[in-house]
Amino acid sequence: MTDDSLVVTDLHVEFSGFVAVGGVSFDAHPGEVRFLIGPNGAGKTTCIDAVTGLAKATGSARLGERELLGRPVHKIVRLGIGRTFQTASVFDELTVLQNLDIAAGRHRPSVSLLRARRGVEESIEQALEETGLAGELATPAGILSHGQKQWLEIAMLLVQDAKVLLLDEPVAGMSQDERTATGELLQRIAAKRIVLVVEHDMDFMRRFATRVTVLHQGKVLSQGTVADVQADPRVQEVYLGTAGAATTAAMSAVPEPVAGTRQGQED
Amino acid sequence: MHVDALIAPLLNGSAQGALLLLAALGLSLTFGQMGVINMAHGEFLMIGAFAAYLVQQVIVASGLSIPVALPVAFGVAGLFGLLLEVTIIQRMYRRPLDTLLVTVGVGLILQQAALQIFPSQGVPVEKPAWLDGQLNILGYEWPLRQLFTILLAAVCVAALSAWLKHTSFGRRIRATVQNRDLAETSGISTRTVDRLTFFTGSGLAGVAGVAASLIGGTNSQMGAQYIIPAFLVVAAGGIGQLKGTIIAAWAVGVALSYFAYWTTGSLAQVLAFILVIVFLQLRPQGLFTVRTRSLA
Amino acid sequence: MTKPKPWLSLSGIGVFAVLLLAVAPLVLTDHWLNNLGKYCCWAIAAVGIGLAWGRGGMLVMGQGVFFALGAYAMAMHLTLETAGDRIPGFMVLYDPLAPLPMFWEPFRSAGFTLLAIVLLPVLLAGLLGYALFKRRVKGAYFAILTQALAVALATLISSTIRETGGDTGLSDFKYFFGFVLNDPANKLMVYLIAAALLIVCLLAVWQLYRSRFGELLVATRDAEERVRFLGYDPANVKLVAFVVSALMASIGGAMFVPIVGIITPAEIGAAASVLMIAGVALGGRASLFGPALGAMAVGWGQSSLGSTWPEGWTYILGLLFIVVILFLPNGLSSLPARFAAARRRPAEQPAPAIAVAELEEVRS
Ligand SMILES: Nc1ncnc2c1ncn2[C@@H]1O[C@H](COP(=O)(O)OP(=O)(O)OP(=O)(O)O)[C@@H](O)[C@H]1O
Ligand SMILES: [Mg+2]
Repeated sequence: MTDDSLVVTDLHVEFSGFVAVGGVSFDAHPGEVRFLIGPNGAGKTTCIDAVTGLAKATGSARLGERELLGRPVHKIVRLGIGRTFQTASVFDELTVLQNLDIAAGRHRPSVSLLRARRGVEESIEQALEETGLAGELATPAGILSHGQKQWLEIAMLLVQDAKVLLLDEPVAGMSQDERTATGELLQRIAAKRIVLVVEHDMDFMRRFATRVTVLHQGKVLSQGTVADVQADPRVQEVYLGTAGAATTAAMSAVPEPVAGTRQGQED
Repeated sequence: MHVDALIAPLLNGSAQGALLLLAALGLSLTFGQMGVINMAHGEFLMIGAFAAYLVQQVIVASGLSIPVALPVAFGVAGLFGLLLEVTIIQRMYRRPLDTLLVTVGVGLILQQAALQIFPSQGVPVEKPAWLDGQLNILGYEWPLRQLFTILLAAVCVAALSAWLKHTSFGRRIRATVQNRDLAETSGISTRTVDRLTFFTGSGLAGVAGVAASLIGGTNSQMGAQYIIPAFLVVAAGGIGQLKGTIIAAWAVGVALSYFAYWTTGSLAQVLAFILVIVFLQLRPQGLFTVRTRSLA
Repeated sequence: MTKPKPWLSLSGIGVFAVLLLAVAPLVLTDHWLNNLGKYCCWAIAAVGIGLAWGRGGMLVMGQGVFFALGAYAMAMHLTLETAGDRIPGFMVLYDPLAPLPMFWEPFRSAGFTLLAIVLLPVLLAGLLGYALFKRRVKGAYFAILTQALAVALATLISSTIRETGGDTGLSDFKYFFGFVLNDPANKLMVYLIAAALLIVCLLAVWQLYRSRFGELLVATRDAEERVRFLGYDPANVKLVAFVVSALMASIGGAMFVPIVGIITPAEIGAAASVLMIAGVALGGRASLFGPALGAMAVGWGQSSLGSTWPEGWTYILGLLFIVVILFLPNGLSSLPARFAAARRRPAEQPAPAIAVAELEEVRS
């Protein structure tokens, strides 16, 4: 393991008796686009919640040498962990620039908060460039399209200079072109950072994943490259309900859950 | 034998706690249901007290008038609550803090109206003769008036929880409290449920008002005295938690009366306030919580 | 950008300053100038409420507490100054032999009093805010707890007649830091101080609103948890706004005393605290001028209608809460933007520019 990897070992999360995550281990390194998939309720979001301090968990989640579990949310963020949410959450009343400016703020001394912003910082300009939002600088985030909001969230993680990006269903509700653009963006980002994506969209996963972990009922079902996972009969069973009957081709025919209708039902 | 110095506040406090519980019960129901603080809840309590007075104008025999006043107060205060829900509160969904302020305005108007309709020093509510005596339990004399408040609270709690548990309307209310969106999509008319909840919650305030009028008479400010302690009870007990509300009401009542016994009434209020703050430090969600999943 | 014309707001403050500091003393009678001074005190507290509630989303329903800290600190000093070496008259009335209560002693010093007016609210708000915000107490809970504090303090003061003057309060001040309060020139000076402090407070929030802190505060109000995930502790953000608003309430209270000449628990309890909110709601909670102007309007209503037609005034106040919050949640100051939007709408779809303009006034 390199110094700057995210290593999760034997993660347990319980909600008043119900085991949502029961002993999950995985790791993620810079340079790969890491995927976490699984049927509804498998515990994917809960894993991210645990790593970011939102859900109380036992086990271990380390970034390099540092243990993350047990720290308050904002301290974990300051260690370089950034996340997005299943429902896009940006500050609707603020402009794109203001959203990014706030995200960039944790590196500034607190006194500088009392001054007004002048100009646009370079890191913000870069992030705008990367995510194709440069034209929307002064647009209130609330009136961005759904896809743009998700890009804004990614841009916020970039200016925040997160070492780890945990993305919860980043392409839900996006068109095919937008998905491709997002996937390519994630590949670029992953060169220097750890990118962990939770997704339902199998097609997206196949095109962009370097390694995949499949969760089912709070446990790791399978782990490996896209091909490994697709060939795993247990995965096929979970996704199709009929053991063995599935082929790789069949799995790729798994209908995507209709994105959008899922939005807002959780979180 | 007379009640010991140390026991007296306990009984006093239990009665005070029962009164608080009556006031808090309806608040807890409406707050739990809609996430809305109805600051006019105290004024609904006042309406219940004045209803008791008006009933006594018709039925002079106080032995009979109070039992009649209880359901009347429930109905009258409930109707006021229903009216408030239909005219104002239903327009203000997802703006809970604003609803709080709007109902402050409603409370002001109701107070002023009461002040103009009834004399400013308030009107007396005659206690029935059967409340005057004392009851000897375990060698101590217990004033019947206090036992009556405790009994009334117990009956209301029992009725409310039976209603919530065993009637289909009650189940719908509980479903809506736990997950409004889900309840809506599973075919529950949350509008009807909201109205019924508001009627019931406000009606309970009316019942509390009758009990309060037997202890402290009536005046236009009486609701204002109850709303904040009642809210603290709801907060300390945990939203929508009947069990928590009961324990918290009793604890606050007893604490207040011991503090008042050791110090002065006003210092007791300050101490009780500090107590609740400290308690919320330890358990910000109150005694009992429903676990739900949300970002907050 | 969001703050479309910061310099326009600044010149607005300038005009306001000229009106208050130069024009008003020339055109108003002594009586009305004194009243205006009183409204300024309420307006100072209201500016703080605008910051905490309008921008920070914390419904502070107990600003009377901080108003009281400033007011009673000032009143104790003025009472001692008036009494000279003797025990204040009202205390002698209740117990001729007992000495001055311990906590009065330091308020003989003018320096200590001024320091107390600043530090007491900062300490109390800091402590209370820290305890509540760190435990994520917010919304209605926060609102009612602050109001409960106001009720508790008012009750405490009412019941400690000998120590605080009880319900009759503290009054009959003859001197204000050495100046004879009866002298019209000195009265003018006290008024000018209050008006100037109001301008200073407006300048302070003007800078806060256009600063990054102002943006962070709005962000915290709208999505506290999201802010946490950007690496900030929202409790600290809210704490700063709450403390500043408490300080402003205290300053307002301190100036209230020499201008009005009396402070009683009725000026700081639940009803008074709610009255402070009323003005802010009327004017526009999240706007720069709304809270101050609204507070002045309500203050005028309170002191004129409130004494000539008390019943009617209470009804008006109640209706004000209902109508404004229900139909005009951003107060009167949102009317121009609404009209502008209404006029433009038939022609074109609501352009981003409108939304940007409306950012200033934000729904809660
Ligand atoms: N705070 C909570 N309280 C109780 N149960 C919870 C809580 N959070 C999650 N759960 C439960 O834990 C399980 C895992 O949920 P999680 O959201 O992690 O699944 P997921 O894999 O992200 O599913 P989806 O694909 O639908 O987003 C679910 O059964 C969910 O109901
Ligand atoms: Mg999920």
